[in-house]
Amino acid sequence: MTDRFKPTDEKDVEALVAYALGEETPLELWSGGTKRSIGRPPQTEYGVDLSALSGIVDYDPAELVLTARAATPLAEIEKLLDDNGQMLAFEPADLGPLLGEAADKGTLAGLYGTNFAGSRRLQAGAVRDHALGIRAVSGRGEIFKSGGRVMKNVTGYDLTKGLAGSWGTLAVLTELTFKTLPKPETATTLVVHGLNPETAAIAMAAAMGSSSEVSGAAHLPADVARGFGVDGLGEGATVMRLEGFGPSVEARAGMLAEVLRPFGLAERLDTPTTATLWRAIGAVKPFAANTSLPLWRISVAPTDGPAVVAAVIGAAEGAKAFFDWAGGLVWLMLPGPDPMADTVRGAVAEAQGGHATLIRADAGTRAAVPVFQPQPAALANLARRLKDQFDPAGILNPGRMGG
Amino acid sequence: MSGLVMPPSDAGVLQRRDEIVAALRAIVPGEGVISDEAEMRVYETDGLTAYRQVPFVVVLPETVDQVARVLRYCHNNGVKVVPRGAGTSLSGGALPLADGVLMSMMKFNRVLDIDFDNRVAVVQPGVTNLGITRAVEHRGFYYAPDPSSQIACSIGGNVAENAGGVHCLKYGLTTNNVLGVELVTIEGEVIRIGGRHLDAEGYDLLGLVVGSEGMLGVVTEVTVRLLKQPDTARAILIGFPTNDDAGKCVADVIGAGIIPGGMEMMDRPAIHAAEDFVHAGYPLDVEALLIVELDGPKAEVDHLLERVGAIAKANNAAHIRVSETEAERLSFWAGRKAAFPAVGRISPDYMCMDGTIPRKALPHVLTRMQEMAASYGLGVANVFHAGDGNLHPLILYDANIPGDLDKAEDFGADILRLCVEVGGVLTGEHGVGVEKRDLMGEMFTDIDMDHQIRVKCAFDAKQLLNPGKVFPTLNSCAELGRMHVHKGQMPFPDIPRF
Repeated sequence: MTDRFKPTDEKDVEALVAYALGEETPLELWSGGTKRSIGRPPQTEYGVDLSALSGIVDYDPAELVLTARAATPLAEIEKLLDDNGQMLAFEPADLGPLLGEAADKGTLAGLYGTNFAGSRRLQAGAVRDHALGIRAVSGRGEIFKSGGRVMKNVTGYDLTKGLAGSWGTLAVLTELTFKTLPKPETATTLVVHGLNPETAAIAMAAAMGSSSEVSGAAHLPADVARGFGVDGLGEGATVMRLEGFGPSVEARAGMLAEVLRPFGLAERLDTPTTATLWRAIGAVKPFAANTSLPLWRISVAPTDGPAVVAAVIGAAEGAKAFFDWAGGLVWLMLPGPDPMADTVRGAVAEAQGGHATLIRADAGTRAAVPVFQPQPAALANLARRLKDQFDPAGILNPGRMGG
Repeated sequence: MSGLVMPPSDAGVLQRRDEIVAALRAIVPGEGVISDEAEMRVYETDGLTAYRQVPFVVVLPETVDQVARVLRYCHNNGVKVVPRGAGTSLSGGALPLADGVLMSMMKFNRVLDIDFDNRVAVVQPGVTNLGITRAVEHRGFYYAPDPSSQIACSIGGNVAENAGGVHCLKYGLTTNNVLGVELVTIEGEVIRIGGRHLDAEGYDLLGLVVGSEGMLGVVTEVTVRLLKQPDTARAILIGFPTNDDAGKCVADVIGAGIIPGGMEMMDRPAIHAAEDFVHAGYPLDVEALLIVELDGPKAEVDHLLERVGAIAKANNAAHIRVSETEAERLSFWAGRKAAFPAVGRISPDYMCMDGTIPRKALPHVLTRMQEMAASYGLGVANVFHAGDGNLHPLILYDANIPGDLDKAEDFGADILRLCVEVGGVLTGEHGVGVEKRDLMGEMFTDIDMDHQIRVKCAFDAKQLLNPGKVFPTLNSCAELGRMHVHKGQMPFPDIPRF
């Protein structure tokens, strides 16, 4: 990379994309840079550091709406929301340390560009479900907006969702509007010890299918449980979180304990320990200790999670995994440098649909192995045509998502 | 119909009608193709009955293969296609075209799989919204988005329009509750996006397809998220002396961290019409009525009812009643749910609008609407989803009075402009369709709209699927594809390098 630019506003971004178009020279984009090592390494002459497009534009707690410039640090946003008793309900996770970066460097655009929601995803929805509006500069060098600042909006096509998870390959985001929600008054976690992954998945399905409104369900096998930094999980723990108003959480904890009784006696974790545990689950803490080992993020139907892991561990002794999203989100780390993509994707192919993303691997591996799930031809063609429409010259993060 | 311009009919297609009908009959045998004008007349309008058009021909495919073959034929022969579910759209989203095949998906009416362990149902698009809940309620589950038409509307149509309803404040719109679709493109390719897992890989095509008003493909299967029915639901009925008090109460409830299962408001004309019609026991000496429903475990509902009651009192509530029985809860809702037909009894005709505003703008918008009503000489009654700022002004008019319909349309457009002016949007849950198509420019620049049309071009380059909806002018994809960039002619950006 020979040149790096640091635009300070939307007009700069517009001029920069126009310049790159004129030069026919692609750009690599980043803001906090915490997830730059995900995806195929872009081969670009120019780098664009968007971190100066930062700052909260408008926050109206009574309307549950926050607008911020794209590269506003999440830490700043979460602090402001917390001061007002609110949150981003999809539970952003800090993946910085997992990827060898510093903690607390993530930005709003990075979150939106990856659409990586945390543990509350299974109840509250994905990042994209909370995005209400965007402003951006497309690969055509044109500023456009989509959506708005209200909760219910079906005016035109929903580009606000369409661009979520597009890893900066369709447009450069400049401003984002998100829905905020009240923070739960209290939280607790119920823990059942000693289940195997198959039984844990059944227990979590029973819990999710009850009216106890579980807002986090994870299974942490014995070989990773200690890594979450909470005492007493050592023999393996199936953990379920309840959040809300005090009397409600108490009532639901009783209901949930009944549902879980066939699987074992449920212990309770208090509110602060609950916060520590789920922050560690979101940050994939046990797998942040050795950042040189390949790591997969796999999404399947919750009941398929255990079989996918069993197939990979059967083929790669020493592979380690844990399950979030009631079994549907698998974090799987391999014991050596080989990411074993065929094995992992083969196991996913046996499931009822799903996908696997190689979250962590060295640059050489990422250049050689498809990082994102390869798609069937018809779907891949459609994705390529969308890319061609928004970025016909292929100047935005070329190759990052493959293709 | 006043002044609605649809895309010009293709004379070549009109001339080849017999040939096209024969080709469609070869794909969909028997009664699956309807070409008799009298029989096609039932399809000439959807829920927006001000606009009518007898279709070119109607096709009712029964298999995915038939859908794919019909679309491939139409693509290869330059024939337009309008997909249609139950036809309950309120924005003219399923209005037929004189030169377009109307593809009804109502024979796709089976629930394919219910997977309680993964809390999803896989259904065909012609299954009704309520049909999904009916199929899973024996185990205490339900499908959350609940448009007023849920007894009749199809889930395929819900996907096309991104339908909403009373529950959406807490549980989200269709887009938040659909995990996957099988979709047939205009080229006849069958693709699957998402499924029983969360967050489809690659670009969020599912996010684009939901709410695309039948313009990107024909949905042949939908995977929806199922939720467990809450243990308890109770409603509280609150009357206020002013709209301002009611608006403030809504803001304070949400500000207290309470997200009710539903929070609905009616203004004085709507309260009176509804009470006269169903005798729900609504107070008649108030300006605004709020129905707040709380759902969840009993302990939570009891706790929150108390808090909402206290907030209401602090906002000058004149009447507060909490439902003590299920029958009473349903009676609170009976008036709200009957509000539209109730208004129909007090006015020869009415037009139902649909815009969303920031909640705090509610009192201002209500006042402005009354002023506009006076200046147009028409009545207006309001029922709306107060929790998420989604308004449904009902404009009262008499189609038999010359000029009244035009006045009502102008008044409606003014209301939607007002919504945008205060920071809101043109439609909260009914879609743009043909109804609000020509107002898109109030909210979007040409460049904004071009970027939406580019999505259309990625899916349907010949623009054969449901053209004439959503966008005032559908620029050709070839024209939109041009980019005028020449090396060296762009100004070098004065941007810091480092």
